[in-house]
Amino acid sequence: MIADRAEDEEKWLAAGMTGLQQNAFHMHRALDSNNLRDALKYSAQMLSELRTSKLSPHKYYVLYMRAFDELRKLEMFFKEEARRGCSVIDLYELVQHAGNILPRLYLLCTVGSVYIKSKEAPAKDVLKDLVEMCRGIQHPVRGLFLRSYLSQVSRDKLPDIGSDYEGDGDTVVDAVDFVLQNFTEMNKLWVRMQHQGPAREKEKREKERSELRDLVGKNLHVLSQIEGVDLEMYKETVLPRVLEQVVNCKDEIAQFYLMECIIQVFPDEYHLQTLDVLLGACPQLQPSVDIKTVLSQLMERLSNYAASSAEVLPEFLQVEAFSKLSNAIGKVIEAQVDMPTIGVVTLYSSLLKFTLHVHPDRLDYADQVLGACVKKLSGKGKIEDNKATKQIVALLSAPLEKYNDIVTALKLSNYPRVMEYLDNETNKVMATVIIQSILKNKTQISTAEKMEALFELIKGLIKDLDGIPDDELDEDDFKEEQNSVARLIQMLSNDDPEEMFKIICTVRKHVLTGGPKRLLFTVPPLVFSSLKLVRQLQGQEENPFGDDLSTTPKKIFQLLNQTIEALSSIPVPDLALRLYLQCAEAANDCELEPVAYEFFTQAYILYEEEISDSKAQVTAIHLIIGTLQRMHVFGVENKDTLTHKATGYSAKLLKKPDQCRAVYACGHLFWVDDQENMKDGDRVLICLKRALRIANAAQQMSNAARGSTGSVTLFVEILNKYLYFFEKGNPQITVASIQSLIELITNEMQSESTTPDPATDAFFASTLRYIEFQKQKGGAVGEKYEPIKA
Amino acid sequence: MNYLIGAFKPSCNISITFSDAKTRKQVPFKKENGQTVMLPLFQSQENISGKVSVEPVPGKKVEHNGIKVELLGQIEMYFDRGNFYDFTSLVRELDIPGEIYERKTFPFEFSTVEMPYETYNGANVRLRYVLKVTISRGYAGSIVEYQDFVVRNYSPPPSINNSIKMEVGIEDCLHIEFEYNKSKYHLKDVIVGKIYFLLVRIKIKNMDLEIRRRESTGSGANTHVETETLAKFELMDGAPVRGESIPIRLFLSPYELTPTHKNINNKFSVKYYLNLVLVDEEDRRYFKQQENIFCWCERPVCLGGPTMAYPSCRLKAFHNGQTYVDGGDAQRQQQISPI
Repeated sequence: MIADRAEDEEKWLAAGMTGLQQNAFHMHRALDSNNLRDALKYSAQMLSELRTSKLSPHKYYVLYMRAFDELRKLEMFFKEEARRGCSVIDLYELVQHAGNILPRLYLLCTVGSVYIKSKEAPAKDVLKDLVEMCRGIQHPVRGLFLRSYLSQVSRDKLPDIGSDYEGDGDTVVDAVDFVLQNFTEMNKLWVRMQHQGPAREKEKREKERSELRDLVGKNLHVLSQIEGVDLEMYKETVLPRVLEQVVNCKDEIAQFYLMECIIQVFPDEYHLQTLDVLLGACPQLQPSVDIKTVLSQLMERLSNYAASSAEVLPEFLQVEAFSKLSNAIGKVIEAQVDMPTIGVVTLYSSLLKFTLHVHPDRLDYADQVLGACVKKLSGKGKIEDNKATKQIVALLSAPLEKYNDIVTALKLSNYPRVMEYLDNETNKVMATVIIQSILKNKTQISTAEKMEALFELIKGLIKDLDGIPDDELDEDDFKEEQNSVARLIQMLSNDDPEEMFKIICTVRKHVLTGGPKRLLFTVPPLVFSSLKLVRQLQGQEENPFGDDLSTTPKKIFQLLNQTIEALSSIPVPDLALRLYLQCAEAANDCELEPVAYEFFTQAYILYEEEISDSKAQVTAIHLIIGTLQRMHVFGVENKDTLTHKATGYSAKLLKKPDQCRAVYACGHLFWVDDQENMKDGDRVLICLKRALRIANAAQQMSNAARGSTGSVTLFVEILNKYLYFFEKGNPQITVASIQSLIELITNEMQSESTTPDPATDAFFASTLRYIEFQKQKGGAVGEKYEPIKA
Repeated sequence: MNYLIGAFKPSCNISITFSDAKTRKQVPFKKENGQTVMLPLFQSQENISGKVSVEPVPGKKVEHNGIKVELLGQIEMYFDRGNFYDFTSLVRELDIPGEIYERKTFPFEFSTVEMPYETYNGANVRLRYVLKVTISRGYAGSIVEYQDFVVRNYSPPPSINNSIKMEVGIEDCLHIEFEYNKSKYHLKDVIVGKIYFLLVRIKIKNMDLEIRRRESTGSGANTHVETETLAKFELMDGAPVRGESIPIRLFLSPYELTPTHKNINNKFSVKYYLNLVLVDEEDRRYFKQQENIFCWCERPVCLGGPTMAYPSCRLKAFHNGQTYVDGGDAQRQQQISPI
């Protein structure tokens, strides 16, 4: 049926166009032959096509535009006539003889335009006459188009300041009166459309109305273009009269559109100076009007205006823009009882943006806004509406964006209270936003109190809210969130160690409440941040005031110990082990032997009790060896204990190759390059020999199990260790032992039972090449290598 | 009939000329046959003078029993065609019986002639003024020649010319207040007015203002009334709502109007009405007719400036009155009565 309608409409339009063009053709001929009578006759007939009621506004517009073009030609002709001496007054009468009102009024407007131009009568009289006569068209669509035609032809003929038509009693007041009157009438017609026709076509009508709205809004645009409309006149005449019409029309669509229009077309400065008037109208609008959008737009415009130049800011203060807006919002919310939460939040969010732009220094204003918002939200519980929560996020993000500094936002006491109204999910989103802001701006959180506040804000990420772990959590999202928390912890820094220690304590307190899943992410950065502080203190003289309360590395290490212990609940022994080792190393650097020993002990306990996976053991043992090798703080006894243990662990690994590798690595424990007292060549050799034995055993096992001895890689590796210690000058490593090892490898490789392995071959070949290379270097090194025969 | 005319071809030409023919104003006049001719215009109390010249056909003489010129004011009813009723008849003898051999001119004058009625050409009646020259002959019948002229009587602008203002309606359906700026208009006048809608419960499609002429002829039982609509002028397009006021501005000059004639010599009357018609979406007509008087004005108001007058149309206290439904097709036509 709709398709039929559209088709019919096309037909009607086509018919109308044809009729219009035919009459236009005759009109042209009459114009060419200067036949006024015929010209009027045919133009009236042509315009009769516009009397149709069958077209939708959209199609009617097409017809109207065509007629409009033709009327331009007619107007030219009238001008010519007037120049030839034909009295415009007579013409003005003559066109009124037409029997049908619509063509008559179109012609009257056309001649009226010429009439004003001729200046034979005051412009205001002609304008007044035209706008009054147009009352004859009460049909909304036809009336709107006619009046829009009037507006169009009169635009350049208004007695504006500085225009040709000003003077002789014609003032800008007349121009404004004329436009206002035309606007009022058009709006009435437009509103009336809503109430005509059957109720079931409401939607269609509303669509048609929206197609026509710009015709009405155009008048406001014309008003804004009138030079003579200064602030005074806008305040005294224009705005009150426009608002009167807006309020009185009691039409939702019109009120919304026109309020938007007013805000868009008139200058910001005017809005600022008439804020109470404009805002006063808001609570009087229909309850269904989307007033939040209107006010938001207003505030947005004013915000931009404030941002445009610092010079205008005093104006805002002068008119107390903030308190006015704030009051108005309060009133609107009161007036519109049914306003959904999203509306409330949007309004406050806009107001907050406004105050941030206009009064960046008045943090109390921002807090006031948030407080008002909290008040409105109170009693509603968590907000379920998705859009509303988005708005709250926008509201809360605004101060962050403005100040680029969470510290400022932390001063807003109502900030966390607003956050409480978010559901858990959104709370997290907001927390992430806050963290992102901190990270982006590299904000320094300088005191423990602020840290406390911050963690209050982001607690959604720090622990399970309401104590209920969320099972439906997306793994990736969770990781993302926790990583950002981790980054935040990494960022902590403060030049004052005392404060920094407090901050760390605060963070620790919160982090430890996070539960096993979060600790995994949060503990390591906390540990490293603490270690950073340790290193900072390390440079300073210890305990300069002898004050027991001051922060010492020792204290930190105690804290760290406890912190890492928390990981045992997860359990992630390998991670804890690494952290212990890190701490041990730091303690080593601080020359705190007992502390370092304690950490090592913890690491060993973990190794023994928790790490059972053989692969993990291999990794762990290498880490232990590596760390232990660098420790210099230990006395002989401690050192021996630890080394002994490490070697013991190495030998007890499950797989022979792993054993072998761990054992030869242990060799390094007895040989630290830059410490003379740590060069025990014998024990190095013992380790290497033991490694050789294990390698041998591995080969035999392989032979027994698979029938081939496997690769000789282990031997080549041991050879490399030999060469290393040989080069470092370990007296126990002799040319002979190297020589025999090379021969052993060569033999093994030629042996039938050995599985050929190109990688090993290459490894061995390059090892030999290295020997050759060292030889050729000459000097001390060359001499040393000389006896070795590859 | 040509041969008859030829046979009885008058043996002379008679021409009638007015003495001030060159300077006198001429107005168009529609003859019975539909042709429009220009005729001289007179007013009552004017002197009507001129010359009658009789010119025999060369070689012939005109024998007559006397020549006279008559000034006749006649009323002709169409149902009684050919029968003239002379309400004015003046005679001037021009010549005593004798013979005319060559062109002969006779001056004549009717001084301060009383011509109370105006020339009128209506649907059923005609009022005309004519000069009739008769050359009486004994045997062959008289030779007669006519010369029409037009009479218009200008009246001074009325000293009292109230506006017409009235609140009318149909109870609970339509209440309007209309106003015409005058009750008497001259024929080049403009009707200015306003219609104020006090209550609208019908879906109005448009509103027209009609000028209707009511010509009644005869008297008593023989009265015959003929009504014509001379103008149909659209005032409003679409449905107004309560509180709207619609301007009226109707120029009378394009229409062929005559003054109002009241009981002309007991023969006929011509009255004019302004008929306000509202048509609703179902094409029902609601109307209110209002008599207006038209006349020629002595000094027609100069039409030099645009007519831009708006009579104030104030809301009156509204009194509920009875509803009057006209007889006849009450569904289709409904008269709006005063409230």
